[in-house]
Amino acid sequence: MKDRELPSLVVLVLPVVVVALAFFLLPLVRLTMIAGSGEDGLGAYLAVVTTPRYFESLLATTLLSAGVTFATLAISAVSGLFLERNRFPGRNLLISLLTFPLAFPGVVVGFMVIMLAGRQGLIGDITKFLTGDKLVFAYSMAGLFVGYVYFSIPRVILTIMAAAEKLDPALEEAARSLGASPWRVTRDVILPALKPAFIASGAIAFATAMGAFGTAFTLATNIDVLPMTIYTEFTLRANIAMAAALSIVLGIITWLVLTVSRSLAGSTVAAAG
Amino acid sequence: MVDSRGRGTSIRIRECAKTFPDGTRALEPMSLEIHGGETVVFLGPSGCGKTTTLRIIAGLESPDSGGQVWFDDEDVTALPIEHRNVGMVFQSYALFPNMNVEENIAYGLKIRKFSRGEVSSRVEEMLDMMQIHELRHRTINQLSGGQRQRVALARAIAVQPKVLLLDEPLTALDALLRERLRVDIDRLLRDLGITAVYVTHDQAEAMSLGDRIVVMSHGRVAQVGTPRQIYFEPRDPFVADFIGTMNRLSGVVENGVLTARGGSVELDEHPDGPIEILFRPESATIGNTGNSMLQGRVSGVFFLGDRTRLIIEEAGEEPVIVETAGSREFETGQRVGVDIDRDAILVL
Amino acid sequence: MGRTRNFYLQFGFTLLVCSFLIVPVIMSVMAGITENFFKGIASGVTLKWVWQVWDLYADTIFLSMLIAIACLACTIVLGVPAAYVLSKRQGAVARAIEELLTLPLAVPGLAIALALIVTYGGFRDFRASWLFILIGHVLYTLPFMMRSVLAVLSSADFRTLEEGAASLGAGFWRRFFDIVIPNCRSGILAGSLMVVTLSMGEFNITWMLHTPENKTLPVGLADSYASMRLEVGSAYTVVFLVMIIPLLIALQKWGQPRKTRPVVEEPELPSGGRQGGKTDG
Repeated sequence: MKDRELPSLVVLVLPVVVVALAFFLLPLVRLTMIAGSGEDGLGAYLAVVTTPRYFESLLATTLLSAGVTFATLAISAVSGLFLERNRFPGRNLLISLLTFPLAFPGVVVGFMVIMLAGRQGLIGDITKFLTGDKLVFAYSMAGLFVGYVYFSIPRVILTIMAAAEKLDPALEEAARSLGASPWRVTRDVILPALKPAFIASGAIAFATAMGAFGTAFTLATNIDVLPMTIYTEFTLRANIAMAAALSIVLGIITWLVLTVSRSLAGSTVAAAG
Repeated sequence: MVDSRGRGTSIRIRECAKTFPDGTRALEPMSLEIHGGETVVFLGPSGCGKTTTLRIIAGLESPDSGGQVWFDDEDVTALPIEHRNVGMVFQSYALFPNMNVEENIAYGLKIRKFSRGEVSSRVEEMLDMMQIHELRHRTINQLSGGQRQRVALARAIAVQPKVLLLDEPLTALDALLRERLRVDIDRLLRDLGITAVYVTHDQAEAMSLGDRIVVMSHGRVAQVGTPRQIYFEPRDPFVADFIGTMNRLSGVVENGVLTARGGSVELDEHPDGPIEILFRPESATIGNTGNSMLQGRVSGVFFLGDRTRLIIEEAGEEPVIVETAGSREFETGQRVGVDIDRDAILVL
Repeated sequence: MGRTRNFYLQFGFTLLVCSFLIVPVIMSVMAGITENFFKGIASGVTLKWVWQVWDLYADTIFLSMLIAIACLACTIVLGVPAAYVLSKRQGAVARAIEELLTLPLAVPGLAIALALIVTYGGFRDFRASWLFILIGHVLYTLPFMMRSVLAVLSSADFRTLEEGAASLGAGFWRRFFDIVIPNCRSGILAGSLMVVTLSMGEFNITWMLHTPENKTLPVGLADSYASMRLEVGSAYTVVFLVMIIPLLIALQKWGQPRKTRPVVEEPELPSGGRQGGKTDG
């Protein structure tokens, strides 16, 4: 029975494999080759580390992404657990609002940051009213940080809520029956049980922040994060080999983070991205 | 039950074994002939190979090379299930959630390219037979377990299959419903005169439905026989233990008399030496202390309503179970006598 | 249980997070319909910015719709059969294929776009057409379609359903079209909503692949943010929100693929747009 089906299964899966090979794998291989075909040959890869401009950009992007990941996880853990564990009027509305920006592309998120912290933004107005000085930080690394946190909160909250929903309430009841305070229950039982969800959604938030482009593009073209550097190399300097090398390095980093988190968190990452 | 034989398709299994890719042997080479119109029940604990055998007959698994399956004079070993013209009822029913009751029943007929009129009259017939007319437009999710069972049966027999294969069809139902449907299935199989292979781990089901029972264990056939043969003449201790409750009494025979811990039992024509005899709880009666064959002490009393089940120690090395009328009262610790119907004693 | 201080602290925090997300949205809606955002709503309410957006960028809206629909068609035709095959086979080849098809999620869109350009950029007509953008979108959204369908395929007992159909005489292709596809509907629906939503908002890949003649909505948005006055950008954002909100509501309703359970009735899980995933940044 099994072998009888094989030809039909091959027919079903062949189109997608052909498309993926032709338009994804082959281009990626080509990109890798081009990265090694510039003036410096394979030195282009070395240049990612040795050229201060590139290395600083790589470092800044990594730090920014790590910061975004931890901030988002902390915020989402508090709100996600709160929403999952309490029932009150307006809860569903609150959840809908919190997940509303889920489908916003990076460019729109960038615009939201401008609305908040831009030259005509809300924070500027408030600080001017309070202190007389207008606080404007949208067009910098800080603005990018706010944008990425904005972008990541909805999906991380959803993942955490989904995981918290599946927790066996008996675990918490058992801990309480043993005399644990609410805080200890949270620390000793709930947070450890949610670890896979944290790893999974954290990895996605990190990888997204590493590779995101739209938000930075909207805020300012001179923020030195890796995707912007790649874009600049490619379009303004026409240094295709360097752009390719940087892309490959960036791709390897995000792929590694996602793969490692997948093995740490089990199959949950596969279900989340 | 014999009168329906010869009308259906016979099934012959020749040297069928099954080894799974991971190396597990699910089935040792087995051969079996199932007569046309006969209902054969495969009975055994889970993992005994009964479902594997059924799936080989169905064409859902192929036997290891060398094994053959014949329907009448046709070698169907190489045919996939869709070309074997079998009707199959699955443990989970496998009703299609995207179709309603009527469409489920009609599906096999449509595949066989029956005309519209034929399809609808045959569906009508099935709805009548299974008394599920009022369910015809329901979706599967709106059906109870028993209703699903009937639809699954109707769907399987609508195509007038050569053989009907039932894989634990009642297991998913509660006890009361199971008993009722068992009666219905029994009548259905008799009326249709179709060759049926039925897999179950429930001995009561096997006893009441099977013309013959195939008891299986660890991928082997332990015994093939009528329900009476299986019950009264088990061929080995496994069959004896698996069907019903069996008491064991061991001791030493001397001059035709077995001496056990709690007394002695006269046996006919048995050589001297150590021996173990078997008997069923209903083959023993509670007698007076003193006159009875065995003496013992009641260690457990289970009142079951119509009867009382007693666990009696000290009669033999192992406790002896005896069933007696429910009206009589017993206490634990009470001393009783046990008599055994000598004709019902088994020696394996 | 009474509400403790702890409850109100967390509630307040969550409200704060919520306003962080929603206030800028409200502000941009306001900005999109006021005469002059700098002066505030007092300057008057107007739709002129929206009309201006329509005049300037209507074609980006249509192109985005076209690409989203084409992308949906491609992901269904390519992704649903692939998900089915992957649900049936777990061997090394199947795993490799699965890895290959989900890899675009782990590689930044910029890199995918660059790879496409250096490989196929030489084919002028192809490079200049919207099909070039479509390919990027298909690569990127395909894993979401496959994941949704796979979730359904692995939750229900499709193996037995197929065996049931086979026992009634259905061959492979009849089983595929009569049983497998119809019972995957909820997964296909959830995946479709995801694919359309993601395609409508895709920027990372599209920005590199687009040409002046082929601008999608997010590309137009970036363009307006950079070169138009704030009110126009806001109005354009409002247009985008209006287009995306129905999709979001549908996602909340049907985004969790409903599990088709042929046997055991179990209480349905509360639905919600529980489709995490790395999306366009």
